[in-house]
Amino acid sequence: MADQKQEFWRWPESRWTNPEIDWNKGKTVTCGIDVGSVSTQGVIMVDGELYCYGNMRTGFNSPDSAINVFNKAVEGTGLTLKDLQFTVGTGYGRINVPFGNRAITEIACHARGANWMYGPSVRTVLDMGGQDCKAIKIDEKGKVVAFLMNDNCAAGTGRGMEVFADLLGVPIQDVGSMSFRAAEEPPPVSSTCVVFAKSEAAGLLRAGWPKEKVLAAYCSAMAHRVFSLLEKVNVEREFAITGGIAKNQGVVKRITKQLGIEACETEWYNKAYADKEFPFDTQIAGAIGAALFGKALFEKGRK
Amino acid sequence: MITAGIDSGAKNVKAVIMKDGKIAGKAMIPAGLDAKAAANQAYDEALKAAGITRKDVRKVLVTGAGRNDCDFAQGEITEVGAAAKGMHFFMPNVRTIISVGAEEGSAVKVNEKGNVVDFAINEKCAAGAGTFVEAMARALETQVEKMAELYDQSTKEIDMNAQCAVFAESELVSLIHSQAARPDIARAILTAIADRIISLMRRVGIENDVAAIGGMALNGGFIKAVEKELNIRIAVPGEPVFVNAAGVAIAAAEE
Repeated sequence: MADQKQEFWRWPESRWTNPEIDWNKGKTVTCGIDVGSVSTQGVIMVDGELYCYGNMRTGFNSPDSAINVFNKAVEGTGLTLKDLQFTVGTGYGRINVPFGNRAITEIACHARGANWMYGPSVRTVLDMGGQDCKAIKIDEKGKVVAFLMNDNCAAGTGRGMEVFADLLGVPIQDVGSMSFRAAEEPPPVSSTCVVFAKSEAAGLLRAGWPKEKVLAAYCSAMAHRVFSLLEKVNVEREFAITGGIAKNQGVVKRITKQLGIEACETEWYNKAYADKEFPFDTQIAGAIGAALFGKALFEKGRK
Repeated sequence: MITAGIDSGAKNVKAVIMKDGKIAGKAMIPAGLDAKAAANQAYDEALKAAGITRKDVRKVLVTGAGRNDCDFAQGEITEVGAAAKGMHFFMPNVRTIISVGAEEGSAVKVNEKGNVVDFAINEKCAAGAGTFVEAMARALETQVEKMAELYDQSTKEIDMNAQCAVFAESELVSLIHSQAARPDIARAILTAIADRIISLMRRVGIENDVAAIGGMALNGGFIKAVEKELNIRIAVPGEPVFVNAAGVAIAAAEE
C-alpha cells in the first residue's frame, strides 16, 4: 500500500464495550444504528445503559454498512443479531438497515440521544454531521420542539472539514488544536462554497500564510456559517454539540465564542461514566437515541 | 480607432483588440498563479496578433473576477455589462444570455440596443459553475471535452440528488460503484448544472433568442441539457470565451 497517498481526512474508527455490564443479565437489549452519509454508528443498550458501540465510515451501500458497524460494536461480546429485542435505524440510510424493526428520523434520535448524553437541561442541540448540520430545540424529555437544517451545501459540515484536512495535509483530528497555534486570529475564509474556499485557501498558502493560520481562518468560517443557522433558532441553554465536528475544538470554541454561550461539558451526563474515564464519542448521539427509542417501543409492544 | 478589452477570469485571461469595430487580435492565457503576469501576457499576445504595440491603443478596460490584477487597464466594467455589449456585437438578436465561466454563472436579459435589462448571478456556489463539471469529469475519470460525447451515448436518465459540488462528488462515486453507466452519469452531471443555470434564467425571464457564452458554452452536452430541459434553441457564438473581452473593448471605444 506504499503507493497510496495518505488520507488526511480519514478519522479513526473506534469501538468500546462497557466492562461493567453483562448483557446476558439485561432485561432489554436494544440496538440503534445510525447510517449517516459519511459515518455509521451502532450502539447496543442494555436496560437503557450504554453497553457497547462501534463507529465507522459509511461504505458504498447502507445495508452492508449497518451490518459492518453492528459486527464492530459487538466484537468480543458474544452478542449476535438474534439477541437483539428491538433495533431502530436512523440517519440517511435508516430504511436500509436489514435487521431494523423501525426507522426513526435522525432529528428525533439526535434529540433523544443528546438528552441522554448531556442531561434533561439541554434545550438546544447542534448536530454537525458529515453532510448536514442541524440546529434542534428540545424539551426536558428530549422531544423535538423545532429544528432547522442545512443539507444542501458542504459548508459547515464534516465533509467540508475533510476537504480542508486533505488540502493542507493535516490529519483531521489535529485540525482543531493546530488552528489555535496561529500567531493571530485571521479573518474567516470569505468564500462560502467549499470548492471556492479551497482555491481561496490555496491562494493564502501561496501568499505565505502558515497552515495554522489557514486552518484558523477556515474553522472560523465554519463557525460563522453555523452561527447563522443557530441565530435563526434562538439558542437557549443548555447548549450541546453532537456529531463529528463536536470533537474539533477549533470549530466548537469559535462557535461558542461568537454565540456567547458555552457548550455543555464534553462528558456523559452520567457523572459516574466520566469518573471511570469511559470514552466519550459525540458521534454516537443519534445511535444512542435510536437504541433508546428501541427500548421504549419494545416495552410498549410487550405490555 | 483601436481599443482593447481584457477579461480576467478565475481560470483564464482573455484579451481582444478592436480596430474600427472589428476584432484585430485576440489571445487567451491561463490565469495560473500569477493573474497579473497572465493579463500582461494575454494583452501582449493579442497586440502581437493585431500587429500593433501598446502605444497604438487608445484605451484599454478590464472586466472579470481578477480585474484588480490588471495593472495596465485604465478602467473597468462589470461582467454583465461586458456580456451585453459583446453579445450585441456578435449576435444582435439575442435577448437572453447565459454565461458560465469557471467560478460563476449568470443569466443576462438585454434589449435591442445591447443594454442590460435584468440579470441574475451566482458566484457563491460551485454547483452552478464550470468548476463543478471539471471536478465531476475528474471523478468520472474523463475529460470535460468528452462529456458531450458521453451525453449523446446516454440511454437512461438518472437523477443526482446532491446540489453541492462536494456532495455530488461522493454521490458520483456511489453511482460508479452501483454500476451506473458512465454516459448516464455524464448526462446526470450536465443536467444538474443545466438546472442551476435554468433557475437563474427563470429569474430574469427567458426571451428568444437565447445564446450561451463563457467556457461552458463550448460544452455541447451542457448546451443540449439546457435545450432539452427548456425545449428551446440556444445559439453559441463562434468564440464564446471572447465575447466579454470584445464587449469590454467596445465599451472602451464608446467612452
